[in-house]
Amino acid sequence: MLSSLIKKSRSFIGLGDKNAAVDGFVEVCSAEQAEVATESFMDPEAERLKMEEFKEIVYESIRTIKDPEKPSTLEDLNVVYEEGVHVSSMENSEVLLVKVEFNPTVPHCSLATLIGLCIRAKLLKSMVDPFKLDIKIKEGAHNTEHEINKQINDKERIAAAMENPNLRSMVEQCVQEPD
Amino acid sequence: MGRLEGSHILHGHKGRVWNVAWHPEGHLLASCGEDKTIRIWGRDGQKWVCKTCLSDGHSRTIRAVSWSACGKFLASASFDGTTSVWTYTKGDYDCIMSLEGHENEVKSSAWSHSGQYFATCGRDKTVWVWEVAEDNEYECAAVLFNHAQDVKKVAWQPDGTEWVQCANLTSHTSTVWSIAFNGSGDRMASSSDDLTVKIWQEYPPGNAQGIETPDNIPAWKCVCTLSGYHSRTVYDISWCPLSGRIATACGDDKIRVFQESPESDHDAPTFELEGTADGHTQDVNAVAWNPKEVGLLASASDDGTVRLWCAK
Repeated sequence: MLSSLIKKSRSFIGLGDKNAAVDGFVEVCSAEQAEVATESFMDPEAERLKMEEFKEIVYESIRTIKDPEKPSTLEDLNVVYEEGVHVSSMENSEVLLVKVEFNPTVPHCSLATLIGLCIRAKLLKSMVDPFKLDIKIKEGAHNTEHEINKQINDKERIAAAMENPNLRSMVEQCVQEPD
Repeated sequence: MGRLEGSHILHGHKGRVWNVAWHPEGHLLASCGEDKTIRIWGRDGQKWVCKTCLSDGHSRTIRAVSWSACGKFLASASFDGTTSVWTYTKGDYDCIMSLEGHENEVKSSAWSHSGQYFATCGRDKTVWVWEVAEDNEYECAAVLFNHAQDVKKVAWQPDGTEWVQCANLTSHTSTVWSIAFNGSGDRMASSSDDLTVKIWQEYPPGNAQGIETPDNIPAWKCVCTLSGYHSRTVYDISWCPLSGRIATACGDDKIRVFQESPESDHDAPTFELEGTADGHTQDVNAVAWNPKEVGLLASASDDGTVRLWCAK
């Protein structure tokens, strides 16, 4: 009775009700699945350390990306910074969610999207474990940031853009490992 | 309580598989992807095998495939800006038409159920409606500019005989990736980057609920929002005409199946999560219910596989 009430209210209200969602999920899936779900949870301290480590690896990877226009790295220009990287776990999944915030040096649309592509390409190239990635412009850094954020996270747009040989070679140059 | 079990994993594509589509008779499945090929899968005893691989149709990623209602034609929409129409004759598929017009990537295409019209859409923000003549000639009947941005998907209402812009449905707060009509065509489900699925209902002129229908055009209202279920973008949605189940393809690598609650109110319906399937190791880009076999679901993923599932 209570579970059906939870499910019903969730479909009406939804978003805020995270706990009910978790309860509802465990309720709905089979017994075996519920067992697997509990087994895969690490103890909180180990989980936190794993995420800290992941965050460091992510930042190590993106800080050396070359700026498309200037002979400096994104770290040198303060386009990326350690505080801009966040790693969190996802509900009912072993895969980590990585959020990278960046601050483009100039409010130029195409440059911002190019940097977004470079960050994604570098991480895809250097990370071994699977992860999900959201890239965002620092709030207030650009007047069309909502649009840019949508585009640099739109998988289809990214895929199509990377099929453009000129764009792809620009990105590849920026993400090339320093010798 | 339902379960969603994986039954087959189909290997063959190299790289991301973007889309799957069932032949209207349900015995063949088409898939396409970034490897620029279309694969046609069919049963071989207990297994599913790749019957054909079409690799010369496009010069870039093939984003979507769709079959005509009569089953004689297959369309492929590509990032190369063209849409190809294929037909099966003498044991092989021939490309009989290559439709041009879009300025850049074509993302979806669909025939109307009568077969009289064919629509394509893409990043140039337009929807092209083509008229299919007797001799399989395609003539552009209209180019629609109603969208302000990239158009991800086109779908025809099941028994629609005419096309007219009847509604501009706003509710999602980010990109709408896919839409699917139910079997009878009076409801539509949409899936979005805002992590929700919305259910829309058609209210024809003179409806009992008193919903206004200016110009005698049916009105569409959002009657249900499913939120709190998906943790990443919902890339695709499919509504089974046989069982009424709704399946979603999500960027969290999972497939979910929803069913309308038994005590659901027609004008404020509620849907329950019936089952979740793990299996794909990366984003699920597409899901499609088999139109003839209840419970048979196909999916496509970034992990390079096409998978078949059984919803019990």
